[in-house]
Amino acid sequence: MIASGSENGVSRTRRAHPVYRGIGALLPALMVLTSLLGLCLVWSAAAGIWPSRAFPPPLDVWQVLLKEAASGDLGYHLAMTLWRVAAAYVVAMVVGTVIGVLLGTHRRADSFFNPWLVLFLNLPALVVIVLAYIWFGLTEAAAIGAVAVNKIPNVVVTMREGARALDPRFAEMANVYRLGPVDRIRHVLMPQLQPYFAAASRSGIALIWKIVLVVELLGRSSGVGFQIYLYFQIFDVAAILAYTLAFVAIMLLIELLLVQPLERHATRWRRRPA
Amino acid sequence: MQLAGAAAPLKVDITEKTFRSATGVTIVALRGLSFEVRRGEFACLLGPSGCGKTTTLRILMGLDRQFLGSYQLPEGGSNRVAAVFQEPVLLPWRTVEQNVRLALPRNLRDKDLNSLFGILGLSAMRSLYPSELSLGLARRAALARAFATEPAVLFLDEPFASLDERTADRLRRLLMTVWAARPTTALMVTHNLREALLLADRIILLSPRPAQVLGIFDVPLERRLRDAPALDNLVSAFHKRFPDAV
Repeated sequence: MIASGSENGVSRTRRAHPVYRGIGALLPALMVLTSLLGLCLVWSAAAGIWPSRAFPPPLDVWQVLLKEAASGDLGYHLAMTLWRVAAAYVVAMVVGTVIGVLLGTHRRADSFFNPWLVLFLNLPALVVIVLAYIWFGLTEAAAIGAVAVNKIPNVVVTMREGARALDPRFAEMANVYRLGPVDRIRHVLMPQLQPYFAAASRSGIALIWKIVLVVELLGRSSGVGFQIYLYFQIFDVAAILAYTLAFVAIMLLIELLLVQPLERHATRWRRRPA
Repeated sequence: MQLAGAAAPLKVDITEKTFRSATGVTIVALRGLSFEVRRGEFACLLGPSGCGKTTTLRILMGLDRQFLGSYQLPEGGSNRVAAVFQEPVLLPWRTVEQNVRLALPRNLRDKDLNSLFGILGLSAMRSLYPSELSLGLARRAALARAFATEPAVLFLDEPFASLDERTADRLRRLLMTVWAARPTTALMVTHNLREALLLADRIILLSPRPAQVLGIFDVPLERRLRDAPALDNLVSAFHKRFPDAV
């Protein structure tokens, strides 16, 4: 009853052992906290053994973080980077999914465009970024476009696999019952592609934010990448780490509060382990 | 869907249907197959495995357009075609009720389905996902989807395959109950003679590949009188007329 998570079972158990259940739910979170604390201790000890401006202890990084946050700089640059990540992510996922599904369902087009895909997959991110800035100027659109172009081939490859795995029986059912194009996409196509979309998203977000930093470093005057470049010029490692860790923390929160709940919702129909 | 006149029967006239195998050999699946199903009639296509029954159904459902010949679908009801496939083919990510409603045209999505779910014994399962259903229940949901659309013609492709005999029998009777509540021109494919004799008004007997019509057997008995001994008599009557078949 408890494992299956049925409404009745859970509420009854909760009433019986409220404290026990609370600890059980907190245990994984506690483990993560302890683990991170351990990392900080190791870091602190190492910084104590080799004291250097190039390797500040965690407390220094924390103080810089608080200072930058108080001045409002941290929030502004984090927001700029986050919006670029979001924009590039949306562009890359939409364009990559459309191309991937088309290639996966049209064999001729696939064999024609496959060499292009291989070319783009192997194009270094830096080359795309530099060319985008040269061709389209140091603009926001060029920056986001360059990041998206770097990610699109990966999305295409994953979504193409998804489209190849589409079950023709569902398409036939949709044909016989004359489902409209919107219903087909929403109820037949997208749920089948969802696991592939989730996989592309997961690997995508991590890749995109790393490339966004490079784009900001090369041609933007805001964002975490720009700040890191700034502090690199004055060798302020504490500030560099402060910005990096702050952004990693935000990405972690997005994963926990947005991606995972969404994924649980999308896969609610799968048979739960009884 | 050529030339559909009012009150027209289901007319099938397939000159030839060929398949090309992976090795490039051409296989003739159907040749000179023609028959009619009268309006409101329940007909069975009966023939040995692999004779082209499912191929015929796929052509009529519009899923296979690579053939020579023509067919005409009856009009009436929603003017739609409904199908019950060999497997239930329910969308696993939608509940039973959502699966049924999705098959309806948009303006009828909110239609009252209580009586249909009631007849099929699905009232308590409306909000379950297909993975939570047994195969028998999933097939009932597929039947509900087909009848909900009030089709002009209903195609059934061995809808009781891979069920144990008791479940299959219960489902056959359920099928007859829903069908009697809203008589629809129906064409069912089967290789099970007793099943055909239990359900059909007429049986269209097909030859081995390439499929042709060997003969028509009109079941002379009212449906409610077809109990086990009556079916035995029908089977022997059928065998007397078609000594070489099945």
